[in-house]
Amino acid sequence: MKTVCLNFQVSLPMTLKRYRFFSMGLDHNYLDDTANRYATQRAARMSYLPMNALVASLIGEYGDKFKVSFTIDGITIEQLKAHAPEVLASMKELAKTGCVEFVGTTYAHSLASLTDKSEFEKQVKAHKKAIEKEFGVSPKTFCNTDMIYSDGIGEMTGELGYQTILTEGARHILGWKSPNYVYAGAVNQRQKVMLRNYKLSDDLTFKFSCKEWCEWPLTAGKYAEWIEGSTGETVNISVDYSTFGMTNEAPSGIFEFFKALPEAIMSRGMEFDTLAGSADKHQPVGVLSCPYPISWTDEERDVTAWLGNELQNEAFSKLYGLKAKVAKLNNPDFNYVWNFMQQASNFYYMASRWLGSSQGNTPFDSSYDAFINYMNILSDFDLELDAQLAAKKPASRAKKAAAEK
Amino acid sequence: MRVLMFGWEFPPHIAGGLGTACYGLTRGLARNDVKVTFVVPRAYGDEDQRFTNIVNASDVETDFCRRDEYTKEVWENLSYITIDSNMVPYATPEEYFERREEWLKQRETGVIQDSWQQRYTFSGKYGANLMEEVQRYAMVAAEVAKAEAGNFDVIHAHDWLTYYAGIAAKNVSGKPLVVHIHATDFDRSGAINPDSPVYQIEKAGMSAADKVIAVSNLTRNICIEKYDIDADKIVTVHNAVRFASNTPDYGERGVKQKIVTFLGRITFQKGPDYFVEAAAKVLKRLPDVHFVMAGNGDMFNHVIRRVAKLGIADRFHFTGFLKGDDVQKMFAMSDVYVMPSVSEPFGISPLEAMREGVPVIISKQSGVAEVLDYAVKVDYWDVDAMADAIYALVQYPAMAEMFGLKGYDEVTRLKWNNAAAKIKAVYESVL
Repeated sequence: MKTVCLNFQVSLPMTLKRYRFFSMGLDHNYLDDTANRYATQRAARMSYLPMNALVASLIGEYGDKFKVSFTIDGITIEQLKAHAPEVLASMKELAKTGCVEFVGTTYAHSLASLTDKSEFEKQVKAHKKAIEKEFGVSPKTFCNTDMIYSDGIGEMTGELGYQTILTEGARHILGWKSPNYVYAGAVNQRQKVMLRNYKLSDDLTFKFSCKEWCEWPLTAGKYAEWIEGSTGETVNISVDYSTFGMTNEAPSGIFEFFKALPEAIMSRGMEFDTLAGSADKHQPVGVLSCPYPISWTDEERDVTAWLGNELQNEAFSKLYGLKAKVAKLNNPDFNYVWNFMQQASNFYYMASRWLGSSQGNTPFDSSYDAFINYMNILSDFDLELDAQLAAKKPASRAKKAAAEK
Repeated sequence: MRVLMFGWEFPPHIAGGLGTACYGLTRGLARNDVKVTFVVPRAYGDEDQRFTNIVNASDVETDFCRRDEYTKEVWENLSYITIDSNMVPYATPEEYFERREEWLKQRETGVIQDSWQQRYTFSGKYGANLMEEVQRYAMVAAEVAKAEAGNFDVIHAHDWLTYYAGIAAKNVSGKPLVVHIHATDFDRSGAINPDSPVYQIEKAGMSAADKVIAVSNLTRNICIEKYDIDADKIVTVHNAVRFASNTPDYGERGVKQKIVTFLGRITFQKGPDYFVEAAAKVLKRLPDVHFVMAGNGDMFNHVIRRVAKLGIADRFHFTGFLKGDDVQKMFAMSDVYVMPSVSEPFGISPLEAMREGVPVIISKQSGVAEVLDYAVKVDYWDVDAMADAIYALVQYPAMAEMFGLKGYDEVTRLKWNNAAAKIKAVYESVL
């Protein structure tokens, strides 16, 4: 029986505020609280709350025949906790039904997997702990930040106990192969690699509201037919959660579409399952090799959206240059900053496509603007780290001296 | 003595140093018993008129359609410039395109036709129809010279934008003309292009003038060598600087580490590249020094990329364009100020830094180097020497202190009164 896996990526990056050189050494609040509250509450109101309610009612209707999975990073959990706790509450209710899988990811929606194994492991563990604490379940499947994956990343996550991993069904690594099967990792061949069907996923996110699209309007029946007609055993649809209600607003009919989807799928002899569940049911059909990192971003499906120009590389290497200091200080306030400074979005805003002008697609005027702002904050953070470390030293010496006495 | 002076801007509405210099100069002249009538393309009404009488050219009625000999000459000389006025000094490329589009739109809709009426509202800025404004300004100047006839003895025109105005006034009144060179096309573009309209206007202005005042010997030599002007005709009068009597409190300084600053337009002329390379050299030895580049310009993005590539972005900061008090605050926060200009007719910014007690490093290719003893002077291209000087001023407090204290004394002795006295002598020589 063909399995359909629905995976929702819930991600609300923390936005950095406009931070001038003159603030360095004086102001250590780096976040744009207003923008973050606004973005979180807007997403909650337009998308997350109505969608959670819809998923809950579908589970109520179909019981354990309807299953979905969520990938929600630690920073997003923090944002929801601060600005829209009702979303977390409804997620908790969903978790209780047992029909919802929570997928492991990096805590800070970071790019640590591309540079630093120990930081990556730390973040994956921190995220697991946060999911267990919030939802009372332990993630079994892993999906890295923006689906970044390579053989090496597969190996690292295998060592962390994840036997299933979801990544992009990128054409350049698949070749003639279909994304609708389970594959085995190249290094750890016991690890199962699940691939996102980007065509069917993007139909929902980017085409659903597009009236020029020849398939518009997309109905649940038509969509289920497409799934039925595609070869393979497991069709993995993964979209940003805001696809429902924001990218496609309520009047587009996206909620009605989703409400009708379970019936349309099941009536065609297909079933829903979680990613972990589907990976258990189906055997790998082959080994998938991916020597260079891929992602779900851009036509290239690579990592150049975050690390593609000298601005990004400089900011990235300067950030991870501070790792030892942050670890040495190990102060919760500093660890908090350390987390949000690692967010992939910080580097995305410096991407080459915005070198001319960001045209309002990012909070900054251009990549240069984003870079300057980020480096100002990072420099202040560095200065503060040094100051705190210097202050810590004599204190510990004094303590030692006192103990000796 | 009475002077009819043509400028392009006057504080508080200024884009660069020209307006500030004009203001200081008129104050100094007033103290030397010279009465100045100052004409600007556009006055806003909030100019300080205690020392000079401001005439707003936008208020002067002129028949722009008249066809006498001189008008014809000006139009013939200038009309071709309007057609290819793709050259906008002091405007960034973005500003230029914005203005150009605006201008093209205006031209299409024919709105610009309205300005053929008797009063022409000048923008007084450096925009796309700059050449048209320069032209009309000359027309108005003739009108002003007629109206003021008998009320002035000398005409004084500042920089190329006003040279045609000066020539027009001279033709109408028969009074001697003094042109004042604050910058040349050579400084802005790094080379002489005899086809450049600005070069031609500059040359016409200098040739028509009875005396030429250059802000430094450096500029005087450019006038002699590149513009072929008789050396006897050119007098160097160095600029001075005027400071507010009390410095405001800038609040707490955030960064405790040493700060080395570049402040100015980020353009070829100002040599920002050399500052970046010197910074990278210093940071190899002293990783805790912070470098700041304040300003904006067409090399801004290029410099950011270079800084990223050199891997020094955590010690090299950008502030963007600074306005008002932030400029003085930036100077006050600095431990060393560097002006690595490739070609700088004068350069007022090191004086402002010295006023805050900040030791300065200036390029030998700047006019201000001629008047300062307590400044480190290096060739703009010599990044090793620049790095060396930065290192010394950051590392050896005794040296920084000496330059700071002596520099402060030196800069407070540069008075517009003295410069104005020299200019008065120039006036007397042409009467």
